[in-house]
Amino acid sequence: MTALVELRNIVKTFGGVHAVENVSIDLAAGEVLGLLGHNGAGKSTLVKILSGVFPADSGDILIKGQSVTIRSTRDAKALGIETIYQTLALSENLDCVANLFLGREIAGWHGFMNDEAMEKKADATLNRLRLRLPLLSKLVSSLSGGQRQAVAIARAIQFNARVLIMDEPTAALGPEETQNVATLIAELSNQGIGIILISHDIHDIFGLASRLVVMKNGRLVGTVNTGDVTKDEVLAMIIAGKVPEARQA
Amino acid sequence: MNFLAVKFRSVSDRIARAAGLDVRLLGMLFMMAVIWLTLDVLTGGLFITPRNIFNLSLQVSVVGIMTCGMVLVIVSRHIDLSVGSQIGFIGVFGALMQNAWLPIDGTSTWWITSLAMLGVGIFIGFAQGLLVAYAGIPSFVVTLGGLLFLRNAAFYINSGVTVAPLNETFQLLGGGLDGTIGVFWSWVVCGLAIAGVALIVWRSRRRRSVHSMAQKPLASDVLMVAIWAIVIAVFTATMNGYKQPKTDIGMGIPIPVLILIGVTIVMSAVARKHRFGRHVFAMGGSSESAELAGIDTRRLTLLVFMMMGLLCGLGSIVTTARLNAGASVTGTMTELTVIAAAVIGGTSLAGGIGTVYGGIVGALIMQSLESGMILMGVPTPLQRMVLALVLIIAVWVDTVYRKARRA
Repeated sequence: MTALVELRNIVKTFGGVHAVENVSIDLAAGEVLGLLGHNGAGKSTLVKILSGVFPADSGDILIKGQSVTIRSTRDAKALGIETIYQTLALSENLDCVANLFLGREIAGWHGFMNDEAMEKKADATLNRLRLRLPLLSKLVSSLSGGQRQAVAIARAIQFNARVLIMDEPTAALGPEETQNVATLIAELSNQGIGIILISHDIHDIFGLASRLVVMKNGRLVGTVNTGDVTKDEVLAMIIAGKVPEARQA
Repeated sequence: MNFLAVKFRSVSDRIARAAGLDVRLLGMLFMMAVIWLTLDVLTGGLFITPRNIFNLSLQVSVVGIMTCGMVLVIVSRHIDLSVGSQIGFIGVFGALMQNAWLPIDGTSTWWITSLAMLGVGIFIGFAQGLLVAYAGIPSFVVTLGGLLFLRNAAFYINSGVTVAPLNETFQLLGGGLDGTIGVFWSWVVCGLAIAGVALIVWRSRRRRSVHSMAQKPLASDVLMVAIWAIVIAVFTATMNGYKQPKTDIGMGIPIPVLILIGVTIVMSAVARKHRFGRHVFAMGGSSESAELAGIDTRRLTLLVFMMMGLLCGLGSIVTTARLNAGASVTGTMTELTVIAAAVIGGTSLAGGIGTVYGGIVGALIMQSLESGMILMGVPTPLQRMVLALVLIIAVWVDTVYRKARRA
C-alpha cells in the first residue's frame, strides 16, 4: 500500500548549519506517528517543510505516491496538510469564529464575508468534535489554554484535513485536557487522518503514537514500533542516537 | 473610587450589551457631546449653530477621509508619515495637469484630473508598499523618506510656484458656496440614508433568522434605526439651515462631506465585513500567525499602502479643489493630525485594534476643539498645545479602559 505521505531524502540548511540531513519518513492513513528528538534535533524544521513554512533545499514530498510541490502554507492546506503549532498561531485580537476561518473565510459578493454562515459552521464543527467553548464571539485573548487548543484543533480539521501535524500538543495542558486531546487523536485516526505528533518529551506521546521516529542533530536515528520498545530504550535513542538491537521497525 | 468605577462600568456594559450597542462608541459620542456643549457655553452660543457645524463638517472632511485609511495602516502595525506630503504633491500635480496640459475649461478636465490624482496616490502607495512589504524596510523609515521626498518633489515640479486657478467643475469637489447639493437633494440623500440604515438592520435580522440564530431584541433594533434616523435628519436640517449669504436659500450638504460619509461607510464595511479587513486585523495582531494561517502578508501590506495612497489622492482632490490652487505646502503637518485622529479614536499603535468610525469621531473631536478655540480667540500656539495634551490624555484614558476590561 502506498503511504499517505512520504518525505524522501529531505535536506535543509540554515547558513551552513545542517538542520535536516537526508531524512526520509512516511506516514500511513490513520496512523499516529511520534516524532521525537531534543531541541534542535531538526524535527520542527522537518515538519515545517511539510506544512509549507519554508521549502526544502532538496528532497521529495509524495502524497499518495504523487510527487507534490509545497511552496507555502496555502499549498499545504490545499493538499489537506494541516498544522497545529506549539504556539497555536491564533490571532488573539480576533474572536473564535474569525480564527477558525482565518485565511479561508466564507465570503460572497466581492469578498464580503458571510458571518452567519461561518458562525453556524463553527458551531457545527465544535459539536462534531465535542469541543466546548463558552461563546464563539469571545476574543481568543480571553480564553484559557485548553480552550485555545480547542480552537486550534477545530481550525485544523474542519476543512477535511488528511494529514494533521501537532507540535508539542499536550505540553501546555493540564491532565484532564491532555486526556481530551488523547481521545480526540484516537478518534481522528479512526477517521483515517494521518497524524504526526512532535515532542521532545517521550512521556507526552508514548501512549498516543503507534510508531516513533527519533531524530538527533538533523539526522534520522531510527524508527521503532511503540509496542516493541520501552521508554528507556527510546530515551537512549534520543540521547545516544543509537537504535536498540533487533528493535528496528 | 476605583471600585465604583468598575461597578459603573460593568453595569453600563451590561445594559449596552443587552441593547446590542457598542460601549466604546457610546463613550466617545458622550465625550463629543460634552465638548460641544462646553464649547457652546464658552463661545456664548456660537458653537452649536448651523453656520459653525457646516464649516466644521467641511473642515473635518479631508482629515476624516485620510483617517479612514490611516486606521487600517496602524491596525496592520505600520505607519504612513507621508500622507501630508502626498496631499501636497498630488495637489500640485493635479493643478499642473489642469493648467499646463489640459484645457482648463474643458468639460472632461475635472474628472480626468481627478482620476489621474487618484492614480498618482495609488502609485505612491504602491511604491512605498513595495519597499515596506518586499524590501523589508520599516514603514516608519520608508514613509519618512516619502514625507521628505514628496514635499520637495511638490516644490520641484513647479519651482515652488502655486498653480491657480482650477477648473470650475473641479472646484465643486471642494465644497464652498456652490459645492453643496442644495436643500432638495440633501433631503433626498437624507431619506435614502435612513432607508439604507433600515434595510441593513432588516437584512441582518433576516439572515439571522434564515440561519435560525439568536436575534437581538426587536425593540433594540427599532430604537437603533430610530436614533440613526434622528441623527441623519438633524444633520441634514442643520446643513440646510445654514443660508447662502444675504439670501434665504439653504446651503445643503457640502460635496466633501458626502465624500467623507461615503468613504467612512465603505471603509467600515471593508474593515469589519470584508476578508481584506479581517486579514489586516489578523496581521496586525500577529503577523506570524496570519502568515501560518495562509495569508500572504506581503501582498496584504502592499494593498494597505495602496489603499492609503488612494485615500490621499481623494483627500488631495478635496483640499486642492477647496483652495482652488495647487500649492507645494498644502497638507504640511496633516500626517500628524490624521495619526492623532486615529489614535484618539482608539486605534492602538501596537496594531490589531481600531475602528474606522472611532477614527472619524477622533477627527471630529480634534476639529471641534480647534474650531471652538478659534471662535474663542485662543492664540494659535495655545490651541496646538491644548490639542497635544488632549491627544495624550485620550490615549491614557483608552489605555486605562482597556486594562480595566481585560481584568
